[in-house]
Amino acid sequence: MKTAANRQRVVVTGMGVVCPLGNDVETLWQAVRAGRSGVAKTTIFDASTFPTTFDAEVKNYDYRRHTRHPEFHEGCSRGSSFAIGAAAQAAEQAGIDLEAAQPADGIDRTRMGIYLGAGEGSLDNDAFFGCIIAGWDNERQEMVWPETTRVALEQMQAVHELEQEPNMAAAHVAALTGARGPARSCLTACAASTQAVGEAMMLIRKGDADVMFAGGAHSMIHPLGLTGFNRLTALSTRNDSPETASRPFCASRDGFILGEGAAMLVIESLDSARKRGVHVFAELVGYGSSSDAFRITDMHEEGRGAAQAMEAALANAGLTYKDIDYINTHGTSTQENDHVETLAIKKVFKERAQQVPASSIKSMLGHLIGAAGAAELITCVLAIRDNLVPPTTNLTDPDPKLDLDYVPNEPRQMPVNIVMNESFGFGGQNNVVIVRRFED
Amino acid sequence: MGAARVVVTGLGAVSPLGLSAEEMWTGLCAGRCGIGRLRAFDPAGFPCELAGEVPEYRIRDYLPKSHRKAAKLMCRDIELAIMAAQDAVVHSGLRTKAVDPDNVNVDPTRMAVNFGAGMISCDLMELAPAVAAAVVDGKFDLRQWGSQGLPLVTPLWLLKYLPNMLACHVGIIHDIQGPSNTITCAEASGHLAVGEAAQVIARGNADIALAGAAEAKVNAIMMVRQCLLKRIATGCSDPESACRPFDADATGSIFGEGAGVVVLESLENARRRGATILAELVGVGHSHNVHAVYEKLEPDGKGLQIAIEKALDDAEIGPENLGLIVPHGTGIPDDDRAEAAALQAALGGAAKTVPTWPTKSMLSTTGAASGALDLVAAVRAIHEATIPPAKNFAGAADGCRLNVLTEKRVGPIPYALCCSYTHGGQTAALVVKHFDDGGPAD
Repeated sequence: MKTAANRQRVVVTGMGVVCPLGNDVETLWQAVRAGRSGVAKTTIFDASTFPTTFDAEVKNYDYRRHTRHPEFHEGCSRGSSFAIGAAAQAAEQAGIDLEAAQPADGIDRTRMGIYLGAGEGSLDNDAFFGCIIAGWDNERQEMVWPETTRVALEQMQAVHELEQEPNMAAAHVAALTGARGPARSCLTACAASTQAVGEAMMLIRKGDADVMFAGGAHSMIHPLGLTGFNRLTALSTRNDSPETASRPFCASRDGFILGEGAAMLVIESLDSARKRGVHVFAELVGYGSSSDAFRITDMHEEGRGAAQAMEAALANAGLTYKDIDYINTHGTSTQENDHVETLAIKKVFKERAQQVPASSIKSMLGHLIGAAGAAELITCVLAIRDNLVPPTTNLTDPDPKLDLDYVPNEPRQMPVNIVMNESFGFGGQNNVVIVRRFED
Repeated sequence: MGAARVVVTGLGAVSPLGLSAEEMWTGLCAGRCGIGRLRAFDPAGFPCELAGEVPEYRIRDYLPKSHRKAAKLMCRDIELAIMAAQDAVVHSGLRTKAVDPDNVNVDPTRMAVNFGAGMISCDLMELAPAVAAAVVDGKFDLRQWGSQGLPLVTPLWLLKYLPNMLACHVGIIHDIQGPSNTITCAEASGHLAVGEAAQVIARGNADIALAGAAEAKVNAIMMVRQCLLKRIATGCSDPESACRPFDADATGSIFGEGAGVVVLESLENARRRGATILAELVGVGHSHNVHAVYEKLEPDGKGLQIAIEKALDDAEIGPENLGLIVPHGTGIPDDDRAEAAALQAALGGAAKTVPTWPTKSMLSTTGAASGALDLVAAVRAIHEATIPPAKNFAGAADGCRLNVLTEKRVGPIPYALCCSYTHGGQTAALVVKHFDDGGPAD
């Protein structure tokens, strides 16, 4: 396999987001600075009898505003529709032409790729549950399959079924952007889009691509998604106070808040960015991936895998724990994650563990699952731009066992040059990316 | 710094032709067809009642004691992945925690895992009692579901169906602590996962990787999807002749289940432990369709063509060096034609002369697993210097002028090309080289 003659530096030249705190990057950032919450009662479907009746939804959004060819995306899933908006914003910021047949933006389309961490689309609920009901013989407790088949064939729609596939968000981004370069989509649960950005960065470093659309898109706010997480007791059930339910690192935290959205970064080789003369927002310098190899249901008790991913990212960046100014934590607001993540940070950051600010914007944004890492990475880039560390909101009753500086409730103005972004997936897949202020 | 060379040292497969890579190879050589009448459920009502199902197995036989309790967290896709991974690890001679816990010869932190997975469809039977409790006036009622149905769903239900769990279970069983990923690009997943794992080793982030893919498409909803997307063969009752890649009489594909895994290793690591090297992975290419008709490969195969060209470029060879092509070849006429167009555009005249060996007539289309199974077959073909005969190819379909061999051919294969693509449009190609022992490890 070939390698680039020189290791390419990889920089961020465009960002876009569609999320519960706003449908563009600056709105998201204003909300985070102001400590606003994107969490509210569920409106996408009637969840009033579920154990959890609230979530973090994208509001007032229509992908058609972002493209001159909405017909290319007819029938797409919520997650894919978010991806279209996020990608269009990122492309615009990065000066990538999505309109002209022969774009004059200086990018070879075969060297412009896509790497998303993206999840499945919602089932066609009526048809899906309908075909189960039709086939289920309650008396004999068995399925009469031909009945299920008949109803499914009758009621399911080809497009709706196809759009559920997790690779479809990337497909829509390809149709939107004309990208012909490296294309992958991954789904490492809650770590997916951090992994996507990390691996996309590796493809540019190796010389396989000049420009990548890297990020994530996901919506698990559908009946079976909510059911699955509720049954795992992973979600907060603070139904009487949705806005304060996401409380990472708080003693009274009781689970994460299911969110949805998409976040996209245009990342490219420094050579390409210079050649095109576009603004560089930050440089991606490190990526580390690990697996817990512990248990399906639990994180490694001492945070072995999480710590290993952090160390791998530091080594990849040629940095040490002493260089990090801010940690954007995974911080989900579950008892387990926040405890284990704290242990892992202590292991890696040693004597500095309590000095490095470590906050969780999931306190405001909720948990965008596959899209979480990329959305959070965008806030890391802005933290560097504005020398401002976003807060962990709702941190009203600190957990005595968790003793890091979680930046409680108020943002903090301070020099921010190098940021570590952490994402850990169910099942034990861990990914960490390090982003740094760009210096020519 | 040069990149590490990456070699294949183990093959694992679970397929309609058997529960090991060995059985698959024997079956392929004999031109045996793994397709039959669907057994997992009553297929009456489907326009085609055929499927490629793996033989019966007991998952307990594949699980170390420490992981047996987790069996209840496994959907079929996960089980198949675990079985193929076990097959590959044993074949490679690696002694992981699962194989020989007292004599482990690997560093868990230097091992990676990368699995392709499909969109896993849940077991309808398992959900049915809960759904039945949510019926009001003969219809599913969401409020009733929240209060009466939802509590009947088994608590860990979701964990059975998350696609990343294939890699997670395999990682736990073999104690793999290094980089881990799950590629979800449907039928392109296998090649994309293996390609990425090879790059992880090449760039020095791991010495060994288990890479591959698994999927079980033999599920009522999955089959319905294939019907609605018009991908399934029609008017055929004879399993032997149903799936006909690139053939003039093809009408669609037959769907099935399986898992394929390769053990990838840096050449240095393989040499150090004296492993048998089966082949070298030298080229990875991928690209995308740009085509808003997502259920089909674009008619000129451009996205696949680019992937093939990139893989050859990565391998630093020309089309004339190829001794074997294992195409995606599903038997879906439009897609086969587009794939042939891609091969012709990327390879020029070589597309008509290089032996081409589609396998799905025997293995069926196993979703994410299909590319991984094809790679296992290609590596074995290189190692044995044998190309088994293709099946169900009587005459080329229009536009499919490829050199599909219907007779076994014996002779050295310097390089093999495997390619795949999926609805939605991701495309992938890998180039595998006959390993000749020589040269530096990077």
